[in-house]
Amino acid sequence: MMQTNNQKLIEVRGLGKMFTLHNQGGIRLPVLRAIDFDASRGECLVLSGRSGTGKSTLLRCLYGNYLATEGTIRLRDTSEASEPWVELTNAPEQRVLKLRRDVIGYVSQFLRAIPRVSALDVVADPLQQRGASHEEARARAATLLERLNLPRRLWDLPPATFSGGEQQRVNIARGLIGGHPILLLDEPTASLDADNRAVVIELIREALAEGRSLIGIFHDEAVRDAVATRMLPLQPATALA
Amino acid sequence: MNATPLLSVRNLTHTWDGVHGCHDVNFDLYPGEVLCVVGESGSGKSTLLQALSMQVKAQRGSVSYDMRESGLTDLAGLSSARMRLLARTDWGFVRQHARDGLRMQVSAGANIAERLMAVGNRHYGDLREIAGAWLEKMEIDLARLDDVPTTFSGGMQQRLQIARNLVTHPRLVFMDEPTASLDVSVQARLLDLMRRLVTDLGLAAILVTHDLAVARLLAHRTLVMQGGRVVEQGLTDQILDDPQHPYTQLLVSSILQG
Repeated sequence: MMQTNNQKLIEVRGLGKMFTLHNQGGIRLPVLRAIDFDASRGECLVLSGRSGTGKSTLLRCLYGNYLATEGTIRLRDTSEASEPWVELTNAPEQRVLKLRRDVIGYVSQFLRAIPRVSALDVVADPLQQRGASHEEARARAATLLERLNLPRRLWDLPPATFSGGEQQRVNIARGLIGGHPILLLDEPTASLDADNRAVVIELIREALAEGRSLIGIFHDEAVRDAVATRMLPLQPATALA
Repeated sequence: MNATPLLSVRNLTHTWDGVHGCHDVNFDLYPGEVLCVVGESGSGKSTLLQALSMQVKAQRGSVSYDMRESGLTDLAGLSSARMRLLARTDWGFVRQHARDGLRMQVSAGANIAERLMAVGNRHYGDLREIAGAWLEKMEIDLARLDDVPTTFSGGMQQRLQIARNLVTHPRLVFMDEPTASLDVSVQARLLDLMRRLVTDLGLAAILVTHDLAVARLLAHRTLVMQGGRVVEQGLTDQILDDPQHPYTQLLVSSILQG
């Protein structure tokens, strides 16, 4: 893959997120205000700030899971040579789905298990969506699960009954497999033991070396120090009058 | 990403009495996309489904479909013969109650083969073979091929109804609460089958449901109806995780946490 070093992949300007709770008297909760940052290839941007400063909310806005209330989020879709920049904040749903398939991946805190789908297929799915064959995707999924020390006897079982740490490793493998240039990570190591944390650190470093751009929340200081190339401190958005 | 929508709906309005029904509905559906229509009873979602699938003639607005031969075509201008052909080859209809979508007095095999016969396939051996393959795909024992659906369980009937519809490889399937009348344990199996079929066959589907978990599992996009109008539409996960409209917020906050 041809790529420019330090190529900018994300540009966020004046991003704000306000929740309006219509069924609770229309209370307005400002969570994010005036967020500005860029992120480039090879960078791991770590969001910091106390609980409630909107770290997860920011990740969800970047994924199009939450709608930004103000400001813009622009992402570079490297598969589109002529007009690579897409403004997520007003892209049609079709475009957002394509961005999620090809450009931006998201590892949520908790795996959303699908009844009857095996761990191996849960992991293989994003690669298959990008056009890989079933066998190819499953082989790559197996490699990742192997590295993450998920016991082989679990591979053909649906992850609903797995432990928290096992589910988290399935989730990480699913997030990494698609090769998305931009990857959002919400506390990917929260329920892992030291050995598996070390594997995740390794995988993150490999992703950065491949020129991917990561934005993550890591409460574990050791992990944070091992992967962060830059910190993005978030302040609590003050309540509006 | 496809530039041409499979179905394009503009200002679609159909009411039964001037009030109840659906008003001013607009959306495009692309090939391979699953769209869920959610809302409470009486919100107009079933009326919308009937108007979209031309089972009732809408009073206002248009439904256009990407016909194989003529491209995006306003369906109101189609002759009834062409409309019938479209409906039984390129479309599927899965009803809430399987008995409304199946012929209960003929065998499972004949139920599956009916659409193929309607488009001129008469070879008994071929029909039987195709029907058998579909039974197996729907996880129904091949030995039940000659049994009538009245001897099937509710979940099997529903799977048979789906097979009956998909045998002609339609590009668009309309489904009205396909899981609502099934036990929860049976629902999971049907949902998984539906999820795999839409992916493997590249089907587009419009699915009416009041079950937000069904929308989360199957639908790329969701449209929320209240009082006959679409009050919110967007990506399913966005609608469920960051609902904007008061009614959607109420709907989402009413889900029991399992």
